[in-house]
Amino acid sequence: MNVPRHWRETPERYRMEAAKCRKCGKISFPARLICPACSNKVFDKTNLSGKGKLLTYTIIRTAPEGFEDIVPYAVGIVEMEEGVRVMGQITDCDLANLKTGDKLISKFRRMNEEGKTGLIMYSYKFVPDVGI
Amino acid sequence: MKEIAVIGIGITKFGELWEKSLRDIAVESAINCLEDAGTDRIDSINIGCMSSGLFIGQEHLASLIADYLGRLDIPSSRVESACASGGLAVRNACMEIATGVSDYALAIGVEKMTDVSIGKATYALATVADQDYEAFHGITFPGLYAMLARAHMERYGTTREQLAQVSVKNHYNGSMNPNAQFPFKITRDTVLNSTMIADPLRLLDCSPVTDGAAAVLLTTVEEAKKLKKHPLVVISGFGSAADAIALCHRKELTELMAVKKSVAKALKMAGKTIDDIDFAEVHDCFTIAEILVLESMGVIGPGKGGPATVDGYTALDGKFPVNPSGGLKSKGHPVGATGVAQIFELVNQLRGNSGKRQIPGVKTGLAQNMGGSGGSSVCHILEAK
Ligand SMILES: [Zn+2]
Repeated sequence: MNVPRHWRETPERYRMEAAKCRKCGKISFPARLICPACSNKVFDKTNLSGKGKLLTYTIIRTAPEGFEDIVPYAVGIVEMEEGVRVMGQITDCDLANLKTGDKLISKFRRMNEEGKTGLIMYSYKFVPDVGI
Repeated sequence: MKEIAVIGIGITKFGELWEKSLRDIAVESAINCLEDAGTDRIDSINIGCMSSGLFIGQEHLASLIADYLGRLDIPSSRVESACASGGLAVRNACMEIATGVSDYALAIGVEKMTDVSIGKATYALATVADQDYEAFHGITFPGLYAMLARAHMERYGTTREQLAQVSVKNHYNGSMNPNAQFPFKITRDTVLNSTMIADPLRLLDCSPVTDGAAAVLLTTVEEAKKLKKHPLVVISGFGSAADAIALCHRKELTELMAVKKSVAKALKMAGKTIDDIDFAEVHDCFTIAEILVLESMGVIGPGKGGPATVDGYTALDGKFPVNPSGGLKSKGHPVGATGVAQIFELVNQLRGNSGKRQIPGVKTGLAQNMGGSGGSSVCHILEAK
């Protein structure tokens, strides 16, 4: 992954910045140019709270290139309290005890490192929301 | 719109074909197809391939295949819709015929997957997902279906045993298919004890990495009637549809809307309902996929796919046989070739040429070819006339 490709996703990956449709209110994450609900093209920026619940997940044991060192790891779909769904890793928890419906919160974490450029990529990951 | 007939079918052995290149297998399937048709006439070449770029570092198949087929005089194109690339190539060939642009249209599906390491193949397959919002987070192709499997299991009570039965059934069918990559039977325990890949899916829930190619030659029904080499088989309906590429942007996790819409379109074009279909080849890239497809097509009600599979409803001698070829699981899944290989199986069944795995008396068959985790789907309906 080259630098501009990761850099341009900074608003989404670092702050969970989403787009709220000015016409129908639907929140899109990542931002889109056309609202999938009403086709409107005008949006306001909004940041997701990072809080949500786990809808479904898997534990990856055979990883793609670049992720071999962290297996096993969990990836899930989280329904955020704003209603949008986000895919992300779930970490800082006992994988055996993970279950759908778990309350999670996003944290800013190191994702991956790109060998050729030395680029270290950061993004959100989800951890159990224990209320602190 | 002109009526479409399939007059030739060809396929290669599916498997790890280390001694053969992509161009070798693509051309071999075409030679077999033209031999079967009994004509050399082609007015257009329609190629389906998912990712020759990532698998062998080769794009521009339109030129490569035309060149090695020795047909530099006709239009050639290559289409991509992930694992539905083959089905899409057949659809394009259908449109060539239906519109009268070609009188004879060749569709070739091909993928050469074993020239790279498993890590690189896993990476290439994961590009069917949203790169920036799914693959970036380390999800794999099996991982996406694993999430769908968990959702289905928790919503409907689908069990691990029911999933395993899909694999057992398809391997039983594939044990009678000489072109299959894994032509042998397996037991439910073998599936349940195989290596965990992405919970809850295990190795034997997953279709393999495969090299292979398949080809079909289409023409008008009018032309086909003149040839008379085989019993007439027509394509009476086709449909394709898309859904959000990212799983998290789908409305439902227990239904595949692209499958539902593509099948409904094809049925409408053919003037049929799902009850008129005798058997199907569907996209069982993972065991859960076959269950999701059957339910989304309306063959079986929501949540009933698992129990129906265990009850033998979809077995070779069941009420609605599914994947008589062995499916992607046993036959192998050279991604871009799969959609064309499904048509190969339907035509052979409708001609009554499927040998030990022949389903007696079938007249109408359906092929459903899926892209990615359900982001696209292509459906064809074929009839023996
Ligand atoms: Zn809107």
